[in-house]
Amino acid sequence: MATGIKNKVAVIGMGCTKFGERWESSAEDLMVEAFVECLADAGIEKKEIQAAYLGTHFDEINVGKASVPLSNTLKLPYIPVTRLDNYCATGTEAFRAACYAVASGAYDIVLALGVEKLKDTGYGGLPGGGIAAGVWYSLTGANSTTPGLFALLATAYSAKYGVSMEEIKEAIAHISAKSHANGVSNPKAHLRRVVTEEQIMAAPMIAYPLGLFDCCGVSDGSAAAIVTTPEIARSLKKDNDFVTVKSLQISVSSGEESLFTNWDGAHFETTSRASLKAYEEADIKNPREEISMMEVHDCFSITEMITYEDLHISLRGKAHNDIMDGFYDMDGQVPCQVDGGLKCYGHPIGASGVRMIYAIYEQLLERVPEERKIKNARIGLTHNLGGIPSNNVCSITIIGRD
Amino acid sequence: MIGICSYGGYVPWYRLDRKVIYDAIGWINPSTISYAKGEKAVANFDEDSLTMAVAAGIDCLKGCDRSLIEGIYLASTTMPYKERLNAGIVSAGLAFDEHIRAADFSGALKCSTSALLSAIEGVESRRLNNVIVCASDCRLGKPGSSQEMIFGDAAAAFLIGDQDVAAEFKGSYSTTYDFVDHYRGAFAKYDRQWEDRWIRDVGFEYIIPETVKKFLEKYQLEMNDFSKVVYPCHYGAERKKLNKMLGIPPDVEQDNLMTEIGDAGSAQPLVMLSQALETGKPGDKILLLGFGNGCDALYFELTDNIIKKREQKGVSGHLAQKSSIDKYLKCLVWREILPADLGPKAEEDIITRWSFHWRKRKAILGLWGSKCTGCGTVQYPPQRICVDPDCGAVDEMEDFLFSDKTGHIINYTGDNLAASNDPPAIYGTVQFEMGGRHIFDFTDCDLDSLAVGQAVEMSFRRRSYDDQRDVSGYFWKAVPMKEDK
Repeated sequence: MATGIKNKVAVIGMGCTKFGERWESSAEDLMVEAFVECLADAGIEKKEIQAAYLGTHFDEINVGKASVPLSNTLKLPYIPVTRLDNYCATGTEAFRAACYAVASGAYDIVLALGVEKLKDTGYGGLPGGGIAAGVWYSLTGANSTTPGLFALLATAYSAKYGVSMEEIKEAIAHISAKSHANGVSNPKAHLRRVVTEEQIMAAPMIAYPLGLFDCCGVSDGSAAAIVTTPEIARSLKKDNDFVTVKSLQISVSSGEESLFTNWDGAHFETTSRASLKAYEEADIKNPREEISMMEVHDCFSITEMITYEDLHISLRGKAHNDIMDGFYDMDGQVPCQVDGGLKCYGHPIGASGVRMIYAIYEQLLERVPEERKIKNARIGLTHNLGGIPSNNVCSITIIGRD
Repeated sequence: MIGICSYGGYVPWYRLDRKVIYDAIGWINPSTISYAKGEKAVANFDEDSLTMAVAAGIDCLKGCDRSLIEGIYLASTTMPYKERLNAGIVSAGLAFDEHIRAADFSGALKCSTSALLSAIEGVESRRLNNVIVCASDCRLGKPGSSQEMIFGDAAAAFLIGDQDVAAEFKGSYSTTYDFVDHYRGAFAKYDRQWEDRWIRDVGFEYIIPETVKKFLEKYQLEMNDFSKVVYPCHYGAERKKLNKMLGIPPDVEQDNLMTEIGDAGSAQPLVMLSQALETGKPGDKILLLGFGNGCDALYFELTDNIIKKREQKGVSGHLAQKSSIDKYLKCLVWREILPADLGPKAEEDIITRWSFHWRKRKAILGLWGSKCTGCGTVQYPPQRICVDPDCGAVDEMEDFLFSDKTGHIINYTGDNLAASNDPPAIYGTVQFEMGGRHIFDFTDCDLDSLAVGQAVEMSFRRRSYDDQRDVSGYFWKAVPMKEDK
């Protein structure tokens, strides 16, 4: 009988580059930057790493296929290295694989590293799906972009819950304003300036009703984690300066949302299911009360708003009330995107999942300056949503400090 | 009895006021002011002669059993492929059985009446039952030219058979001359024409009367036997002259729709015929003339079936639904006359993989999905394993056609980031009433007019154009159902 991942794996070291338009840095530079910080934090030597997992998504404009970019760059000596891709859950997948490798007993110390170099396309926004989205999609997909496909949520949500498009626009403006406020004090964040809700609502329309500030930063960056068993962690970290993994869940669309008739177009079925499994695995009874902080996948502000409901923290059709009440603000009950989120920290796809864990990790270990410290943080949740609302991959990770 | 069993038409949603053309570019050729009256129909950026042929075919076949169609003839001078059967694309769009006769008719503008004759002869010979003829043209006039003023885009379709005939075919007479009033070489984008006066004096005033005379003699008829005479000729004064020469009274002359559509090329006589049939009465005799490098004269007599209630929108129904374009340059961009900068995302190189396309041809061109014979769930695209989580049957699917089904909008957006000839790119999820859903592009609509729950129908469109390899790619889009204006 499976017993889940809870307390079987510890994170002993993490590293994360500054995210942003890293014109001066190659993907290899970013990998080294994250790795050096991570290795120093773990306090081990490179030769102690027994296996590694690399997460990259847009490999065609990034480092190319397979795992060799990681082993070549870090000069990993003929150890097993695997590359993973699962849309925007890619970084979390690399972390999850590393955790499972440890939990299985196959390895003691494993590296997970995610990297993405998105700013070599020559234009703003994400690279087009192109043939990478599959031949069928290239022949039958709508002439769409990622913001547009997520914007679809808003019109369906408005119709289903009778929440006006204006109310939605206000709520998502608050979401982005909050992330901007949080990102200001984070030196590693891509976008670091205060933006008001008025500015957000007046910004140019990208895809109705999402304006410029409803869309996250497209950034370069890398993040890394070293995981091991709790026993080894205790032996290495005399002051218990590590966190343990409480849950790792992934849910992937079965085709029901996009092909069958039972999906309303106004929520993420995967998130709704993965979060319940994650709470069960982590033994969380009441997430609204027990979770200290969250990093959710705010690729677009509307995604964050609806995710609050799919995480079963806000009631269906009522997220805007919690948002406007400041429930998810820095000084709210469940602060969200305390490092700026995808919105302001940035979103180098392969790195993002690991970056989120990094944000929780540094809070749990109380390594952040006072102005952005969450009081009594014990349990943090990260969430990724890759793909599009009707067909996606959701990952949820819960970590804690005992 | 053999003849027209059903008929339909198609006029694009968009119209361009000729004054808008003149105001924009009349300065280069001020004489075009003489044509700057009324409006012309212009194909949307995602339409061409094939998509309009499919639209006219769909209209024509409403209430008809498509499985009985044994032949499809496409007539057009603006087909996107010189090699690749254009009628084959239209046939797939109309979801016909693949065991079908299909042919392209092109070259002369009278190719449409020739296609109609061939269809009639096919049925007469008893080698084919039920042949559909689709005529469609989308000709380009050079910016500033009189052709730009004159040409309009439209299509018509006729079902030829021997059951429930509404317009019985009674006879024909044809002439063929290498009369080069205008022409388009193999690599030309625009027509070149000889002097208008010569076209009128020698073309219309000799070839048409000569053909009509021989036709009337052959069938021992007189002009006053006909209740309608349908003939293409865009010159207003020349029509008056011809009516006088031929003895056509004003109420017998079928309107050539110059101020509503324009000259629709090969489709012109059939668009006019389609509209003429809408108001026809049993016993009416109709003379149809196709003109271009000669003349085809065909004659029909309407039966009692002509007054049967029909579901077709027809030419008149389409004329009643429209939206005006206020920007001349928009049309130039849509027709790729003016290469606008659509941004780097538009440069993405996507090859049409023909072996892939072949495997999926029915799902792509016909919008065929599948229906689970176990639980009845319909799904698009076709699945091997039923998507109903309570069913999950493996390989128990039968073909299910979505293109003729209506649906409603679940969600939608207008996307300014997507590379489009008509931003914002509007798209969203369509839920078909019988089940099945897909994220489709929406077309012939404005973002402001959309609402969740709104009804949509499906339209075959040119989804992409690969200018490196000259490939027009086709798929289906959703069109919000229209109210008459």
